[in-house]
Amino acid sequence: MSILIGRDTRLVVQGITGREGEFHSRAMLEYGTPLVAGVTPGKGGLTALDGRVPVFDTVASAVAETGANTSCIFVPAGGAPDAVLESVAAGIRTIFCITEGIPALDMIPVVEEVRLAGARLVGPNCPGATSPGRAKVGIIPGSIHREGSVGVVSRSGTLTYEAVQAMTDAGIGQSSCVGIGGDPVIGSQHIDILKLFAQDPETNALVLIGEIGGSAEEEAAAWAAEHLAGMPKVAFIAGRTAPEGKRMGHAGAIVSGGKGTAASKVAALEAAGFLVANSPTELPALLRQAGYKG
Amino acid sequence: MKIHEADAKSLLVAQGLPVPAWEVARTPSQARAAAVRFLADPANATGKVVIKAQVLVGGRGKAGGVKLASTADEAEEVAAQILALEIKGLPVRRVLVGPAAEIVKEYYLSVLLDRATKRLMFIGSAEGGVEIEQVAVDNPDAIVYEHVDPLLGLPDYAARKLAFRIGFGAHWKAGAAIAKGLLKTMMANDADLVEINPLAVIRETKADGTPVERLVCLDAKITLDDSALARHPGLEELRDLDAEDPADVEARRYDLTFIKLDGNIGCMVNGAGLAMTTMDLVNRAGGQPANFLDIGGGAKSDRVAAAMKLILADPNVQAILVNIFGGITRGDEVARGLIEARAQQEREVPMVVRIVGTNAREAAELLEAANFVTAASLDEAAAKAVAAAKGAAA
Repeated sequence: MSILIGRDTRLVVQGITGREGEFHSRAMLEYGTPLVAGVTPGKGGLTALDGRVPVFDTVASAVAETGANTSCIFVPAGGAPDAVLESVAAGIRTIFCITEGIPALDMIPVVEEVRLAGARLVGPNCPGATSPGRAKVGIIPGSIHREGSVGVVSRSGTLTYEAVQAMTDAGIGQSSCVGIGGDPVIGSQHIDILKLFAQDPETNALVLIGEIGGSAEEEAAAWAAEHLAGMPKVAFIAGRTAPEGKRMGHAGAIVSGGKGTAASKVAALEAAGFLVANSPTELPALLRQAGYKG
Repeated sequence: MKIHEADAKSLLVAQGLPVPAWEVARTPSQARAAAVRFLADPANATGKVVIKAQVLVGGRGKAGGVKLASTADEAEEVAAQILALEIKGLPVRRVLVGPAAEIVKEYYLSVLLDRATKRLMFIGSAEGGVEIEQVAVDNPDAIVYEHVDPLLGLPDYAARKLAFRIGFGAHWKAGAAIAKGLLKTMMANDADLVEINPLAVIRETKADGTPVERLVCLDAKITLDDSALARHPGLEELRDLDAEDPADVEARRYDLTFIKLDGNIGCMVNGAGLAMTTMDLVNRAGGQPANFLDIGGGAKSDRVAAAMKLILADPNVQAILVNIFGGITRGDEVARGLIEARAQQEREVPMVVRIVGTNAREAAELLEAANFVTAASLDEAAAKAVAAAKGAAA
């Protein structure tokens, strides 16, 4: 098993004929992801990726024709919120939005629609997810993974790659890796992904990667302390040396009014039984120290 | 993006919110002319004007940037003093001149993005005119919170509820209308914060000489969502370039995220989380980062070269650490940009380069042929950069 994506995934890519969409769809297909359809309005009836993937005008027709159950969005920021709504309306229940630069106010009603429909949105401005050996959705390089049983959840993109590569180099494989995105309004927080890992029988340990700003890491830590007490848990928080009042790239990554500091996150995670690394390269050793065997 | 109080007030007025009259002056004589007008206004119950520095930092009152004047001469003199100020490193180029209000009662009201609930949220308090963070510490019960429905916004009943909870008394209707107006201002401009502190009941004088009270926005602070500026071309003009480092302006041109810091090790990284981590590891290795710099995803050689120029423009930089984990970004593109940048660079600064991920092998070959110092792991790269900076400083 794995979370969010796996052997049962039937993926439709919205914006498959765009430059980014096509490049990453090719990588997803080559990784072995069951990519069954693409959507680009006005290009229905054509194919993408050298004839390997049929293209539809609407997500609804892609679902009807191919049984797609998961979507991945590469539509530019102006149209991406609408693309999420289109997926929801077509009955898709797992949606990844990779697009960055979406105005925050546009996402507020969209995440509410997703919630009311009982669907799950990961992102926007996220790298997607990989369930090694089964499927990858988004832009995470497939080469960094190894099949295994450690669940990884992270707010970052390249920092996640760094951590996962370190694990893979140390012989530690992953059940699923999920990047939730750095925007202020995102569909899934750390805690939502931890809840999924808690139900996955193949996930035996957890890596949580966070950064300064907000209180999502603290909330995830509190939940994990109660529900994942027996599981080896390690974490890394970026931004320990970030000055207060400066927004560190991600819209959410800012320490203000003494809130959202790395110190408060590290303290909350340690109190919840996480071992917290000083560098992403320490994560594999800490996993073993926390009792992870494998 | 932060905007000035006067510009924020214009956005409020555009949505029909009550804001006392004001004028913006760039010179003492302009301030005098504005003061003459407000001093002569029979509605001005205090018979004074207030002159406020327009700078994008808090604490301007304590820094001497807000003063009263009773005569035109005094207004001109005070404006000259304020226009000569530098507040927290920022020069004061403009002052706001308006009637000095006779304040009956001060409130606080803001609407902002609450990440935890993924909704907009009002924060209100009957303890206004002071720092709300301090109220939250000293008297948390004095603050009320009200979420905005993600689909319906703030219906009238919710605005009334908020007004009654804050306790506007006889002014509850105005309070509810102002709450709705703040939300409208936020939506119309893609703001992520609209803050009125104080929102005040002021006493003015009617034409027949009797006093009248009304609830008005005495101060205003608005920050705009950078991701949405493209669809509000008029708002981009409100950007205060004086408040920005020239490096920030240059960075925006090349789609780089750059924040200058105090250290001497320049950092170039792809991805915000990894850029912060790189700063942390430089610190841990005993060094101090000179900047946060995220070159973003898919950077080509020209963006890399622009990033290098930005780093080198800081005279404190004594070593450079490049850390790239290729995903969308191709390592060989970055390597080519570095080689190009080094060929043009005017001063010799040691550089440590680590490129892994997509096309890392091609990058390694290019860097080796060009005699770059490389590192395999991030920790090693940080240690080498710190050592290089110490060597350069010695």
